[in-house]
This record gives sequence, C-alpha cells and structure tokens, in this order.
Amino acid sequence: MKAFTVSKAVTALMLAGLVLLPLYSQLSGNIFILTLFTRIVILALAAASLNLIMGFGGMMSFGHAAYLGIGGYAVGMLAQEGVGSGFIQFPVALAASAIYALVIGALSLRTRGVYFIMITLAFAQMAYYVASGLARYGGDDGLTVYKRSDFSGLINLSNRTQFYYLCLVCLFGVIFLIWRIVNSRFGLVVQGLRSNEQRMQAIGFPAKRYQLVCFVISGMMCGLAGALLANNTDFVSPAVMYWTRSGDLMVMVILGGMGTLFGPVMGAVVYLLLEEFLSQITEYWALIMGPLLLLIVLFGRGGIMGLLGRLNRG
Amino acid sequence: MLLVIEQFLNGLQFGLLLFLLAAGLTLVFGIMDLVNLAHGSLYMMGAYFAATFAAWTGSFLLGALLALGATLILGIVLEMSALRHLYGRDHLDHVLATFGLILFFNEAVRLIWGPAGLALPLPAWLTVPVPILPGIHYPAYRLAIIVVALLVALLLYLGVMRTRIGMLIRAGASNREMIGALGINIKLLYTLVFGLGAALAGLAGLMQAPILTVQIGMGENILILAFVIIVIGGIGSIRGAFLAAIFVGMIDTLGRAFLPNLLRQILSGAAASTAAPALSSMLIYLVMAIVLVVRPEGLFPANRR
Repeated sequence: MKAFTVSKAVTALMLAGLVLLPLYSQLSGNIFILTLFTRIVILALAAASLNLIMGFGGMMSFGHAAYLGIGGYAVGMLAQEGVGSGFIQFPVALAASAIYALVIGALSLRTRGVYFIMITLAFAQMAYYVASGLARYGGDDGLTVYKRSDFSGLINLSNRTQFYYLCLVCLFGVIFLIWRIVNSRFGLVVQGLRSNEQRMQAIGFPAKRYQLVCFVISGMMCGLAGALLANNTDFVSPAVMYWTRSGDLMVMVILGGMGTLFGPVMGAVVYLLLEEFLSQITEYWALIMGPLLLLIVLFGRGGIMGLLGRLNRG
Repeated sequence: MLLVIEQFLNGLQFGLLLFLLAAGLTLVFGIMDLVNLAHGSLYMMGAYFAATFAAWTGSFLLGALLALGATLILGIVLEMSALRHLYGRDHLDHVLATFGLILFFNEAVRLIWGPAGLALPLPAWLTVPVPILPGIHYPAYRLAIIVVALLVALLLYLGVMRTRIGMLIRAGASNREMIGALGINIKLLYTLVFGLGAALAGLAGLMQAPILTVQIGMGENILILAFVIIVIGGIGSIRGAFLAAIFVGMIDTLGRAFLPNLLRQILSGAAASTAAPALSSMLIYLVMAIVLVVRPEGLFPANRR
C-alpha cells in the first residue's frame, strides 16, 4: 500500500474544508454558503447510507428518499403534537425508519436485479402517497416545523454554526460506523453476498438475513439524515420522498464513487455545488446537468474516486 | 349499475393506455437488456408534439399522426446518439444515464414550451357520448382509446409472433451473439425496436393528452405505474405486460371510484375521507407487494428455465 495517493490527499482536503467552512463563512460574512453546505452535509449523509447497501452490499435501492421523508415526518409530526424534545424525536425517527426498512427489505429482498430496483422504487412511491394523504399533517402541501428539535440546551439547532457542526458530526459518525461495518465479519459476509450469493449460502450463511440487517442499518442512517433535513428546512413535504429525490441520491453515490468510504460525500458536494453553480448561470441548468450525467456514466467509470485513483497511477 | 359499467370501461381504457407504455418498456428491456427511465419522457414528448402539431395543422388526427412520427424519430435519434453506448453495461449505469435524460427532457420542454401546461382540445365528433348498451352512454373519445390500443396490442402481438422481423426480435432477445453471427444487422434491429417502443410511449402520451393537461413531468408518475406493471407481469413478457396492465388499470380506477364508499360503511365519515385517497393510491403497490411475495419473478416470467 502506498502511503500517499492523490485520492487520499483530495479526500483529506475536502474533509478539512468541511470542518473549517463555518470559519470561512464567518470571516467572509457569507452566511449563504453555510446554509448551502449544511444541506450538502445532510444529503452526503443520506448518500453514504445508500452507498452502504448499494456499493458494499450490491443492493440497488431506488427508494432511499423514503427514509428522508420518514425521518423528517417523525420530527415534524411530533413537533406538531407538542413533543419538541430531540431526545424523543430523533430516536422515533430512527425507529420508524428501521421498521419501514424491515418491512420493505423483507419483501424486496425476495427479488433481485432490476426487480429489486423497481420494487424499492414502487414502495417509496407508496410512502409518498401515504404522506400526501396525511390531511392532519399538511397532506400535499407539506408540514411546517415551527420549532427545531430541542436538545435541552446541549446544542442549539437554531444556531447556524452549531447546527452545521451537529450535521457534520453525524456524517463523520455514520462514515466511521460504515467503515467499522464494512471491515467487520458481518460486513465481509454482506460483501461476499454481493459477489456470489450462492457460494455464501452454500458455506452456510443465511444470506437474506444478513442483507436485511444491512438494509435496515442503511435505512436508519438515512432516517437520521431525514430528521436533520426537517430541522434544516423547518419544513417537510411529500416531495422529499418523490422518486426523483432517490435518483439524486443514487447519482451522488455513483458520481463520487460507489463502494468507497468517502466517495458519496464527494459526490454530494460536487453534485449539489454543480447544481448551485449551473442554476446561477442559467435558469435551465438541468439542460446541462442531464447530458453531463450521461457523459459521466459513459466515460467516468468509478466516479470521482475512480478518476483520482487513475490520476495516481499516471 | 350504470356507474359500475362506466368505471369498468374507464379501468379498461386506463389499463390499455398503461399497456402501450409498459409494452415499450418491457420490449426494450427484454431485448436490449436496457432499463430506460426516460421512457416516461417519451410519453411526455408525444403529448407535447400532439398538442403543438394539432394547433399548427388545426386537425386533431393530423396532429396525432405527426406526433407519432415525431416520437418515433426522436426515439431513433436518442438510441443512436446516447443509449446505443449503454448496451452491455451495468443496469445501474442505465438507471443513472436515463435519469440524466429525464432532467434533460423536462428542462428542454420548459425551455421550448414554457413552464405552463398545454391543452389539446378534442374535435367535436370525439366528444359526443356513444350509446354502448341500451340506456348507457360512454364518451366517444375514451371508446376510441380502447379501440386504438386494442388494435395496437393485436398488431404488436402479430408483429412479434408472426413476422420475420418479429422472429429476429425474439431471437435477438434470447441470444444476441448468435443472431449477429447469422449476418443480421443487430444494430439496426435494436434501433428499430427502440424506435417502436418510443412510438408506443408517444401514442400513449398523445392519447392521454386531451384527458389530462399536457405538462412537464407528466411521464414520471405514469412511468412508475408502468414499472409496477412489468414487475407484476414479469419483465420482458409482452403477454404479462398486457394482462398486468389491464389488471392494474382496473384496480386503480375501481379503487378510486368505490373505495371511499366502501370505507364509509366501515369507518366514520371523517376517517374514511382521510384514509380513502391515500389507500386508493396505495392499492396497486399493495397488490404488487402481494404478487412479489407469492411469485418474485412476476406472474408471467418471460424466460422460464
């Protein structure tokens, strides 16, 4: 193993940038950039959770945005009912995501390949319609979260910098957890199942059970991102769960580099910055973004991480 | 009774429309092994083309015909310029690339036609109610959709099962190297199949256009329904797509029509009116879940081993 690689250097640079961002925002007086990056960090967390099952587990979930919505609605609904404590809201968000993932995963994992992609997509659409039907909680129009989660004065979520660091700590925590999972015996089994399920089963591993546990963990991580997102926008609506949102998450993972630890973070940063940048140049930014994605698929194998790896080899 | 018959016909009409969409999707997947998320965009383009050409020519039929040709050409151009390079790649690559195409098409439509929706008015002769049974009238246009879609389904079946091109298509689906080795221009064959799928999607879009508003993103909701259909029917199977489409069209339409009343019998009025819309939207996904639990490969899998 080489000690220094280009991708390691770029990753370290990116992480340092994320840590120091509030400082830059304060010094330059650019508050907008902190708001933008809070969103980026939260969606990077969601992308990292998707990467756990997609990159390492080979399970291509096309309905991951559902957890964003479930986590978000858990916070929003509890806030509406007068339960403002984050110590209740966040565990409920995680539990709700876990239960949803357990049911959806148990059903979806009976299928494979394209069927799996489509069934996860369809179930997320179902969650979308359920949220649209919640008349008590805003229905189609969505639900305004009037008060951010209250952590008994430990962290103030209304303070931009504190909230940003909370999101960043969550992101780093999740990535650390993914790193531990991937290198554990459990993670090795899941990765083994990706390459050859039959062989793993023949050795005696209950394949579906391992995959389901991994699926649920990933769902919970994404539910956490959802709870943070609801606090960030002070609003949650069915649109968070719409299937194109799941597509966005997938794009971030693949753009950054599927199956790499920091690829999804890089993908989220690049994708969302690109979106921001292009939308400042032209109102019709998607006209450029769309074909760009096509080109990335055609020529950019392994995403940004893959590209950096090739740079290193010269 | 009257209402039941009318809703049954509505379900059949919606199901047949979904079949046109699902047939193209399953054809392209079954033969080229390509997952095309942008299929819904072709449906949208069909509707926009029809609205535009009908306004130019002043004739609904002429507009529809021109729109059909335009989607066919668009499909062929799309295949030759972009999708051709995706054959043999991972399904995930397909999903990502065609997701990019959706962004592109939505934005292109916004640029060309503006953000507001379009309307495609029907000619007078298609708006009259037609007596179908003594005392029962049904809108002529919806009847026309049923007839056209049934005809197309029949042609498609005969084309795939009885013609030489259809034979090549089926052969290409099971073994693409072999058919290439036999001296068949497989590239051309694929382009044709994709163009056909695009035209089918365009046909569905232009026929739906007078019923709904023509608007950006109209293909996305219905695309998910088409996915549900090919998952239920079994991917790559046209027969499965046909039966599943009718089934889904019926369940969706009848659910929306009768579920609220049914729920009101069990629940209180307020609870029923809250639960009904969500439940009727969910109904087909529940059906899909049940089908997949019983038969993970769908009801009529194409390649039975």
